[in-house]
Order: sequence, then structure tokens, then C-alpha cells
Amino acid sequence: MKAVCWHGAMDIRVDTVPDPTLLNPQDAIIKITSTAICGSDIHIYDGFIPSMQPGDIVGHEFMGEVVEVGRAVKRLQPGDRVVVPFPIACGHCFFCQRDLWSLCDNSNPNAALAEKLYGHSPAALFGYSHLFGGYAGGQAEYARVPFADVGPIKIPDGLTDDQVLFLSDILPTGYMAAENCNIQPGDVVAVWGCGPVGQFAIKSAFLLGAERVIAIDRIPERLKMAQTYGGAELINYEEVDPGEALKEMTGGRGPDACIDAVGMEAHGMGLEGWYDKVKQAVRLETDRPNVLRQAIVACRKGGTVSLAGVYGGFLDKVPMGAAFNKGLTLKMGQTHVHRYLQPLLKRIQTRALDPSGIITHHLPLEQAAHGYDIFKEKKDNCIKVVLKP
Amino acid sequence: MEQTNRNQDHHPEEQLPDIGDTERWGSLLTGGAMVLLGLKQRSLRGALMALAGGSLAYHGARGQKSLTAQISNQIANQVGEAVGLDQSIRVEKTVTIQNRSPEELYSFWRNFENLPIFMRHLQSVTVLDQTRSHWVAQAPLGQTVEWDAAIVTEQDNRLIAWSSEAGAEIDHSGFVRFQPAPPGRGTEVKVVMEYSPPVGLVGVTIAKFLGEEPEQQIGDDLRCFKMLMEAGEIATTEGQPAAR
Repeated sequence: MKAVCWHGAMDIRVDTVPDPTLLNPQDAIIKITSTAICGSDIHIYDGFIPSMQPGDIVGHEFMGEVVEVGRAVKRLQPGDRVVVPFPIACGHCFFCQRDLWSLCDNSNPNAALAEKLYGHSPAALFGYSHLFGGYAGGQAEYARVPFADVGPIKIPDGLTDDQVLFLSDILPTGYMAAENCNIQPGDVVAVWGCGPVGQFAIKSAFLLGAERVIAIDRIPERLKMAQTYGGAELINYEEVDPGEALKEMTGGRGPDACIDAVGMEAHGMGLEGWYDKVKQAVRLETDRPNVLRQAIVACRKGGTVSLAGVYGGFLDKVPMGAAFNKGLTLKMGQTHVHRYLQPLLKRIQTRALDPSGIITHHLPLEQAAHGYDIFKEKKDNCIKVVLKP
Repeated sequence: MEQTNRNQDHHPEEQLPDIGDTERWGSLLTGGAMVLLGLKQRSLRGALMALAGGSLAYHGARGQKSLTAQISNQIANQVGEAVGLDQSIRVEKTVTIQNRSPEELYSFWRNFENLPIFMRHLQSVTVLDQTRSHWVAQAPLGQTVEWDAAIVTEQDNRLIAWSSEAGAEIDHSGFVRFQPAPPGRGTEVKVVMEYSPPVGLVGVTIAKFLGEEPEQQIGDDLRCFKMLMEAGEIATTEGQPAAR
């Protein structure tokens, strides 16, 4: 089959590899009909995710048709059309049973590696390095999906791939980021980053009752989408200091909740931006936390900072003093996608949400390298790429 | 402990460690603290023997115990300790398994022939009788290491302690313990093992094999046990496609 493989930083190729086979009794094989490039794939593309091996198949936002199931699979059958959540969860462990699916104990074959870095291993993820299990990803013609009765959600007739594909990751991720803000009537929510997750975080914040949402970015078409698609007010951080602007826009209080929808590769401004770029380049820090710093300082006293953007390693100069003395709540984590599949599918069915609105590019799988390039470099007004195998 | 003390009283004629010792090691092995920390200079085998002292009668009464093997092991151990062969590798690892009682986990483990399913370096375990079994493990360069092991002591649904028999190529002892975690939190499974590789070329090979990452190896084995018991299968990516 054809698959998108990582061969090194900025080196993405479409290779011909063997088709996947059932390896465990609860596996299914999915013939992929749509698969997207995620902002977190750009961290891999840029070479910032450790434990990638040349030749790894990437991709974790995918859907398709079940073509084969293992002998222990009961719920899925060949022919079912499904969306696959990006974390792999067993459904039986302490964490799965408490709805904390991205913390599953039993899906990561390389848990020992993750334990060395994090103390404990989170769930395995599709196509996201050997630290997270080394599972072949979904930017391919076929994928093997473990625990097939636990993860994939069956899609009813009448919905297009574009409407439901993002249930796999970015829609629940944006939603969980907003849910983590514990939004109360009257709340103003600030969202850093108007990429796909930021767009869904804005939508979700309104769905969950936010009074106002303020979106922060520098890319004109992304800001425009935040306004037209999400209904947010805008701050272009290249024109104005977001901290000052947020204070002025919230009567001096600061936003009640701040969402970081950027993560480890934030674009810093001025001296601070250079400081992090240099330190990250020589690996003195692994993540560039400009947005996190801003969010902590901007957030109102007693507010919540919710992290949806991915962090992988170590941060420098995080203003813990501000976080502590303002009594902030910090919420974070890989998305518990399984938890949100049914409720968000319902919202799509009732037209409360139309996730397809953020797609700017459909490309054949063969053009994956081009897709990565335009997405990373924000060329051609690219916001979201969907690949068609 | 109640059980072991009672049994001890019934068999005063046996040449066994005193009750104080039995109690001390018993509570160490079954308590909440780190076993290896408590053992300090004492060998695990010695501690297990002390504990066995209390429960030997328990086995004796059921006719399951080879006392000769016990005592010869004990002598070998004492000799080893006397000449300062404290080059042993010691490992302690604990994992919590959800939704499984100590009884279920114990009975799966107690059938030693199940162990190679989740202990990847084991080729086979053959049960010889109620207490003795033959173990074959993979060693580097396609070699194998084989030894006979015997149960030193056990408490139903709670503890299995074993030791390699005298003259085995590899001097090995250990125990696995199954304890209920706080309510709703499953069962805590602890494995403590000790290997004293023999001298000579075989010993070097085995030491290398065991010494590479013994903590991780036991940790991986226990994790696979947990996956099998909780999720019904052991997560793997072996055999999946990649462009290499």
C-alpha cells in the first residue's frame, strides 16, 4: 500500500510498504477514505518529537471502512464506516474506566521508554513516535486499529467524511480545551492560536456558554476564520501586545479562562522569541512556551489556563510565581477522545457544529509532502489539509 | 503470620530459623515497604528460607515439600554468603491490576506453564510435580539457560516463593505477592528476584543477559501480565509495516 512516511526533519515521503495485518485478537484493519494532517504532525515534521525512526508511517486523524476484524472483535464488522480516535485505549484499565482514555495503561508496548521520561506511560497514539507506542499511523491506504471494539465510532448514513473526520482528534481536542475552562455565565475566554484546534476551541467555548471569545494569532486568514467561522473578537499579536490588549478588552480583569491552542512550537516575539528559538535549537529546552507564559500572565486572578497545544519535554522561564500567586487552575493533557465521540457526533447531526468549515485543502495522499509544506509554512492560505488515499 | 506461627508450634523438631526471624521476614515480605530496602545485606534466598521455616509444616502437612532440597539450598546459600558471593542482581517491581482479585491472578501465575506467555525471555516452564519445575530461558547468541526450581513457600492466593535447586546452572530465587489494593483499585502484584550468576564463561554470559536491564525486564514482564489480565491481550507492533 501507499503510506506517508517520516524519514527525517522536513523529509516526508509517500512510500510503498506492505499492507498491515491483524496482529492481536482485538485488532481491525481499516481501509482509509480520509486522513488529515494535524498541527501536532508538524512537530514531528520539524524533528521535535524524540524517538521517531526513519520509515515510520505517520498520521493520527483518519477514518474509513472496516475490511477485516480479529477473532475477539464483536462490535465491528467488515463494511462498517468508522472514525478512529487518535489515542489507543484498552477500555478495561483504571483510566479507561474513569473516562481518562488518553491515559490508558495497556496500549503502549514501549511504556518503559515513556516511564523514563514521564514517570508513567500515557496511552499509545497512532503514528506519533516510539515513545507513544510506535504504532503505524493513518496517513496511508490501510491501518491496523487495536482494541477495535473500544475506539472506533460507527458513522450513520447521511454524513460526509469531511463532517465527521475531525472527531478523530481536533474537534474533541478543541472541545476538551473549552470544557476544561469550566465556563460560567459571563465568562470571557481567550484563545491563543487560530489553527484548526483553536477554531474548534472558539466554537466550543460559545457552545459551553462563554459570553465572549477573544482569538489571538498573526495570520490574517486564520484571524478572519476565527471571526467568520467562530464569531470571536480578534487580537493580532504582531500589531499589539496581547497582554495589554486583553486587559483593555476585559475591563482590566483579564480573561476568565485562557486556552493555549499552540503548544511547544509557539512563535515568540522579540528577545524572548529568540531566547527560546536558540535554546530549543541547541536542545537546552525542548519546547518554546511563549504562549503559555502570556496566558498565565494575562489570565484573571483565580482563572483557568487550559492547554490543548502539545508539550513534549521541558520548559524554561514559565512564570510559576504568577500562576501560584494568582491562584490559577492549570488543566492539560492529550484529549480523551473516546469520551467526546457520541456527544460531538450528536452536535454534528443536529447541525450545531459543522467541522468541515475549516478545511482549506483536499489533496491526494501522493501529495502529502506538499500538504505538509503548505500547512507548516501557511502557504496558499492553508489551514487544514485532508488527504484522500 | 498467624498461620505460620501456629504451624511452627506444631513442628518444633525441625531445624528451622527461630520464630522471631520468621516473623521478621514474613512481615517484610508481606508488608507495604520496599522489600529490597528491608533486606539490606541479607540474601533474598535467606529471607525466603526464614519465611519457609514458618510455613514448611503447612506444606509438610500436605505432603508437598521436598525438605531435602530445602536444606541443601540452605547450606549452599550459607556457604555462598560465607565466602562473600554478594554479586547478586536484585530487582523489585510492583504493578497494580484492575478488576482482578488476588485469587484470579494467583491461580493464573501458579500454573507456571503460563509464565512464558508474558515473560518474553522464557522459552518454557515444565511443571515436574507439586513444587518442582524446569525452566528454559533464552540467552544471547541463540543459547539457552536451563534450571530446576522449587517452591520454597507459598500462601494460597497471596504468595509464591521459589528458588533454583542446588547445583543449578543459575542461582535464582524470588517471590510474587498478590495483595488487594485499596477498595476499587484492584490487586497489587509485587515481584522480587535475586540472581547470583555462577563464575566462569557461562556465568559471564548469564550475568550480561540478566544484567543488561534486569529492572526493565521484570518491569516489562509484569506490564505484559497486567495487559493480559486487564485487556485480554499484550500490546504489540511487531510485524506492522514501515518504510525500512
